[in-house]
Amino acid sequence: MSRRRMTAGSMAAQVFLVLATLLWLVPIVFGLYVALRPKAETDRLGYVSVAHSLTFDNFTNAWKSSDMWRFFLNSLIITVPAVLVTLLLASGAAFAVSRLGIKFNVTLLIVFTAGNLLPQQVIITPLYRMYLLIHLPHFVSDSGLLYNSYAGLILINVAFQLGFCVFVLSNYMKTIPRDMDEAAIVDGASLWTRYWRLTMPLCRPALAALATLLTTWIYNDFFWAITLISTGNKRPITSALQNLQGQFVTNQNMISAAALMAAIPTLIVFVLLQKQFVAGLSLGSSKG
Amino acid sequence: MLTLLIGIPLLVDLAFIWFPALASVLLSFTQWTGVGSVHMKSCDAFPTAPGIPKPGCLFGVQNYNQALHIYPAFWPAVRHNGIWLGVFLLIATPLGMLFAVLIDRGLRGSRIYQSVLFLPVMLSLALIGIIWELIYAPDKGLINTVIGRNHNNNLIDWLGDPHLNLWAILVEATWRQAGYVMVLYLAGLKSVDPSLREAATVDGANAWQAFWRVVFPTMRPINIVILVVTVIESLRAFDLVYITSKGNPLRGLELLSVSVTQNIVGETQRIGFGSALGVVLLVLSLVPISIFLWQAFRKEVQR
Repeated sequence: MSRRRMTAGSMAAQVFLVLATLLWLVPIVFGLYVALRPKAETDRLGYVSVAHSLTFDNFTNAWKSSDMWRFFLNSLIITVPAVLVTLLLASGAAFAVSRLGIKFNVTLLIVFTAGNLLPQQVIITPLYRMYLLIHLPHFVSDSGLLYNSYAGLILINVAFQLGFCVFVLSNYMKTIPRDMDEAAIVDGASLWTRYWRLTMPLCRPALAALATLLTTWIYNDFFWAITLISTGNKRPITSALQNLQGQFVTNQNMISAAALMAAIPTLIVFVLLQKQFVAGLSLGSSKG
Repeated sequence: MLTLLIGIPLLVDLAFIWFPALASVLLSFTQWTGVGSVHMKSCDAFPTAPGIPKPGCLFGVQNYNQALHIYPAFWPAVRHNGIWLGVFLLIATPLGMLFAVLIDRGLRGSRIYQSVLFLPVMLSLALIGIIWELIYAPDKGLINTVIGRNHNNNLIDWLGDPHLNLWAILVEATWRQAGYVMVLYLAGLKSVDPSLREAATVDGANAWQAFWRVVFPTMRPINIVILVVTVIESLRAFDLVYITSKGNPLRGLELLSVSVTQNIVGETQRIGFGSALGVVLLVLSLVPISIFLWQAFRKEVQR
């Protein structure tokens, strides 16, 4: 009796999941379908119709008629340094609060963690004014300001993601046995050696997971770039979609093609590094 | 060395997160348009001249007064953030948990279901907003074509109609949020000792009872994390609305986050007023933040 009910339950679960999965695929498949069809054809027949021709024209036209290469380059210029600097700073702070028994370590951890939980809009108004006040040398920022500069965008992404990474890494570092440090101190290892040569290699799984998460999050960032970068050609690709939407305004097929191209890097992460991404999220929530 | 390790990250965090948060509170009591400097004098001390903006001056609680009583977008924004939270709490989050529980049973194809349901979490909200516009398009879109409302005399404008657009966007947001919650919850379920569930099943409980009576209570920490994530995501809601409305205010889609942004990217900058709206958001977000900190650090503080 019990077994038959289990089977019936499993059947129902199976059916529900298949339906949900199919439903979840609809927006992406539909977006791709529209992007692959000429505008003239969908204007005549609507999006929901049998395709007479499927081409990549919308993709190539979107690429050619805008500075998409430039936007992708901007994303690269911003994301890579932001991820590396965040991990470097966060691991240092995490090492200090979790391995060295310093005073106020819990307080410091709370400062970092809470900072990451604030909605971005709470700080944007003063931050925006700060960015207009802070001057940078022209070789760092051609605007001469933190506002509208790559450096400024990298900086806010680092500052904002720092809290989450400190939280995750300090939890991770706490699981490393204390004996390791004690042995190293006996051997006369410096603080730097203990941090960089001993602790960091052991954190590789957590660092890899966080790097995957951060890359996706910073690449997908929309808000900071919309508010802190005023010039269209300096925006990274995700926020540049807003500009492209204005430029291709009458051509939804091309906008969809551009948006799907913008998703390619995250889709690569999805295919190759999904485990890392999920592991990163789990690290953030499991100890929580 | 130690100073550098902790000092630099702390400085960055304090200067670019906590200082602006504090400045937001202070500026919210001024009438500053971003022109000139902020004076420590009451606004009443400056003469009013039409066309000339007053310099930054102390405005008391007038910004809050204006927000609550004059600014037309304020109460709709509060209501919409509330509805957002309600939909997340009642639909998106439970749906994500249901996905997790079902996938955790290890049925055939679970890996594929999990990947597909998780896919929207990897995509930017800007992209999500754009591809859903094709589904909601009035004349050519998927929904109107399927239900036969795609003719000039009976179009449904899902994203334009102020009675519908919030709900339409919430479907998009749920599409993403459910996958997010699913992954967080799956991680929690994996850490539940399987022998607990077995023991419950031996005692005659069915899967449903075993989950609610045995598994769910042991997952209290993760349940709290998910609650916090749900509340914070509802307060942060921004990208989908902003991309759908092309950056302009759109009736039916007022949100606190959008109002704050409008005050700095718009033509007239009202730094004082924008800060006041930011402070409202800050106060609201302190609730989930405190819950999270209490959950995460209470043991350490007691020690």
